[in-house]
Amino acid sequence: MSRVLSEHCIDHVVLERGEVANSWRRERWDSLRLLTPNWLSRLPGYAYGGSDPDGFMNLAEVVSFIAGFAVETSAPVRTHTTVTSVNSIEGGYQVATERGEIRCRCLVLATGASNRARVPDLHRAVPQTVQCLTTFSYRNPDQLPSGGVLVVGAAATGVQLADEIHRSGRPVTLCVGEHVRLPRTYRGRDILWWMENSGVWNQSYDQIEDLERARRLPSPQLVGTPEHSTLELNTLSGAGIKIVGKLAAVRDGRALFSGGLANQFALADLKMERLLDTFDAWARDSDIDSEVGPVERFAPTRAPSSTRLSLDLRSGEIGAIVWATGYRPDYRWLNVSVINHKGELRHDGGVVSEAPGMYALGLPVLRRRKSTFINGAEADARDLARHLAGYLACDTDVPSVAIREL
Amino acid sequence: MVQVVNNGVNVDALLAAREALKNAPAAGEFTWRASCKWLNGTHARSSVQGFRGLGEEQSHKSEFSFDTDHPEVFASEDKGATPVELVLVGLASCLTAGVAAVAQNRGIQLRSVEAKLEGKMNIAGILGIDGDVRNGYENIKVTFHVDADASKKDIEALVAQSQKRSAVFDIITNPTNVTVEVV
Repeated sequence: MSRVLSEHCIDHVVLERGEVANSWRRERWDSLRLLTPNWLSRLPGYAYGGSDPDGFMNLAEVVSFIAGFAVETSAPVRTHTTVTSVNSIEGGYQVATERGEIRCRCLVLATGASNRARVPDLHRAVPQTVQCLTTFSYRNPDQLPSGGVLVVGAAATGVQLADEIHRSGRPVTLCVGEHVRLPRTYRGRDILWWMENSGVWNQSYDQIEDLERARRLPSPQLVGTPEHSTLELNTLSGAGIKIVGKLAAVRDGRALFSGGLANQFALADLKMERLLDTFDAWARDSDIDSEVGPVERFAPTRAPSSTRLSLDLRSGEIGAIVWATGYRPDYRWLNVSVINHKGELRHDGGVVSEAPGMYALGLPVLRRRKSTFINGAEADARDLARHLAGYLACDTDVPSVAIREL
Repeated sequence: MVQVVNNGVNVDALLAAREALKNAPAAGEFTWRASCKWLNGTHARSSVQGFRGLGEEQSHKSEFSFDTDHPEVFASEDKGATPVELVLVGLASCLTAGVAAVAQNRGIQLRSVEAKLEGKMNIAGILGIDGDVRNGYENIKVTFHVDADASKKDIEALVAQSQKRSAVFDIITNPTNVTVEVV
C-alpha cells in the first residue's frame, strides 16, 4: 500500500509494532514455508529473483523478501510503534501510539486477519494435565511432552503440524471438520499456477455467489516443500496418524468427536473435483491441453467404516493439544464502531463505508480470492489507493457507486 | 423453452429469511417443544404444536401426535413405532427435506427421492447385560435413491450438502447437553 500511495504522491506513514515482517519473525512455527511458489511472490515492482522459482520460501527467506522490499521502496516505516487506539475525529482519525499521537485523514488497516489464535470455547474443559499450544505458541515438536498429541483442525496449519509432530515419533490424532482438499501439483503444474492462470484466484469479491462462506473457508490442505509433495488426509492416515471427526465437546475430561466425518470427506472430495473440472474446462478452452499433463483424478479420501468418537484426556494417552483452529483479527484498539458481533470488520471490498477514509487490506477474499496471499496485495492496494486518492481529492464523501467502478 | 424447476420448496423465502436473520441474530433463536404422556406399559403418546422463534410464540396449524411402543418380541403390545425408529424417521425426513431444498436452490428438478435407513444396535446395552455395549446405535447407514435431472456427481453433492445443513444429522453425530429434571 505504501508503495502504491507513493505513486499517487500521497503523504503517509507506515506504523509497525515491531520490525518489518514482524509476524513472520515472531509469530510462526519454525518449519513454516509459504504455500505459494517463489515465482508468485510478487509485490509492486518487486519479485523473487533467485534460482528456484518453483520453490517455497522458508521463514527467513520471507522475512528478507519483505524487508528487502521495504528498503527498496524506501517505505516510511516507523518501527517499534505500537498503535494503542484509533478514534474518529472531525475529518479523519486520531491514532495513539506508544510513541505519541498521529492525526490523519485516511487510515488503512493492514493488520490482517491473523492476529490471535481462534480457539473454541470448549478448550476451557480440557484437563489441566494436558499441555495446550496454539499456532502462535507452537514452534517445533521439541516443545511437546512425549506421548500422544491431539491436533485440532485440518486446514494447512493443522495438516502440516500433524505431519511434523508425527515424524517426531509422537502418536498423533487429528480432528477433521470442514476442510479444503487440494493436490500440490495437477497435470504437471503447481496447483497455484492453475489458480492464477485460470483466473479463479483473481475472481472478484462481488462475483462470488456466497461471499461470506468464501471468506470463512479454511486454508487449503497444502504445504510448500522442496519435494512438491501433496499433504492430504490419505497420506497422513497411511503414515499412521489417527483421523477423527471434528472436536465437538469436552465432557467429564473426555474429548467427543463428531460422527459425521465421512460427509466432510465427501464434501471436500466433491469440491476438489469441481475445481479440477473448472481447470480442465479452462485448459480446453484456452487450447493449452498439449502444454500441460493429462487430466488426473485423485483417489477419494478413505473413510474408515467407523471412527473413534471419544478419547479420555485424563488417561495419559494425550499429553498435548495443538489448537490449529484458525486465526482471528484483533481490533481491540479500534474505537470506531465498524466491527460486527463476530469481531469482524464491516467493509465493502476493503472500503469501510461506515467510516469515510478508512480502508482494510489483507483480509480473506477482501477484493479477490487471492487477497490474503503476497501476490494478492498489489491489485487490492491499487484499487483501494485509487479510491483513497479520490476521497482525498473531494472534500465530501466519495459516492458509493465509485466503489463498484474500481 | 426454459423449464422451471419446481420441487415445491420456496427457496426465495428461505434465502430472504437468511438475509433478514443476518441483521437480527436474536430472531434466529428457536425453541422446539414436545410433550409426552404415558398410556400403559411401554405405550406412550407424544405431541407437538407450539414452538418459539422469530422473537415470538409460534404454532403448527394443528397438534401432531405420535404413538410409541415396543414390538411383541419385547413383550409389548406394539401400538406404535419404537422411539429409536423415530430417531431414524427424524434423520431420514430431515435429510430428505434438505435434498429437496438444496436441489431447488441449485436448479435441479427432482422426480423421486427415497431413503432407506438402518441403525445397528446391540440390545445387550439397554438390557444391562454388558456394560461395554452402548445403549444407542453403533452406527446408522442411510442409502438414498434419487431420480433427478442431474449427473451422479451432482446428486452426490446434493446429498452431501443436505447432510452439511441438517439439524438432525448434527444432533446425532455430535454430542448435545441434555438435562432432565423432576418437578
